[in-house]
Amino acid sequence: MVLGNDASSSSLSNKNLSVLVVDDDPLIRMLHDNYLKHFGLKPLVVENGKEAVDLFQLGTSFDLILMDKEMPIMNGVEATKALRDMGATSMIVGVTSRGSPSEMQAFMEAGLDFCFEKPLTFDMIDFILKELNVNDDDDTNN
Amino acid sequence: MDRNRLQHQAASMRRSLFDQGYLDEPFIQLEELQDDASPNFVQEIVTLFYTDSARLIQNIEHALNSRPIDFDKLDDYMHRFKGSSSSIGAKKVMNECTVFREYCSAENAEGCFRSFQQVKQDHAILRRKLEVYLQMVRQAAVSQTT
Repeated sequence: MVLGNDASSSSLSNKNLSVLVVDDDPLIRMLHDNYLKHFGLKPLVVENGKEAVDLFQLGTSFDLILMDKEMPIMNGVEATKALRDMGATSMIVGVTSRGSPSEMQAFMEAGLDFCFEKPLTFDMIDFILKELNVNDDDDTNN
Repeated sequence: MDRNRLQHQAASMRRSLFDQGYLDEPFIQLEELQDDASPNFVQEIVTLFYTDSARLIQNIEHALNSRPIDFDKLDDYMHRFKGSSSSIGAKKVMNECTVFREYCSAENAEGCFRSFQQVKQDHAILRRKLEVYLQMVRQAAVSQTT
């Protein structure tokens, strides 16, 4: 598969990517939902880590999961660990407003691919989508 | 009022919101998301922010007036408030939330009270300024179609 220079921001190349947004804050859910739609994606949105785990247990898989850290019922660290233990190969990106290095490190060690401090920016999403498309390209070539 | 004048006033108001430190970059991203499919997106996000933050302010006030003060709970509320504020680009509010959390971690009740008054003040000022700005934007948009 050959990618153009702006593939990450191309709606056409992103439209087949499945995305899950996991956040207990309705404002953040609405923001991230719209940010991702801006890139041609149609995310599914849930309120806590348990809902994300339940979806995976039902057989739903996602190319990308945006995971908040602090959530009731099941937080992002617990949910990420559970998903990885169940064999989830999604790209899981932590998004947290707790930005101390030790807190982000702990979140990363749960099984994240990347961790960003809130708020998400278009540049961060662009980076994530580039990484996703690169991984996709590698899988195709292997 | 003349369309150009309305647009000029709205642009001037917007510039002052950034120059005075009330808003920063994330607000620009919100504006970029507003389009024909979501013509009121900025207003919707701002409304949601103020609904959510009003509840958080109430919770913080209750927690500050409780004895003994639960600083962990206070920090959790303010962490959430800070997160929302930063996500819409409410820079002054977010910065004061950081100050509050520093007092929280030091269990400095007096500092928390003082800082919280500043948070509420900055929050209220931003709300008034955004209401005026967004009304100007709406008026300018309507005048374009007449």
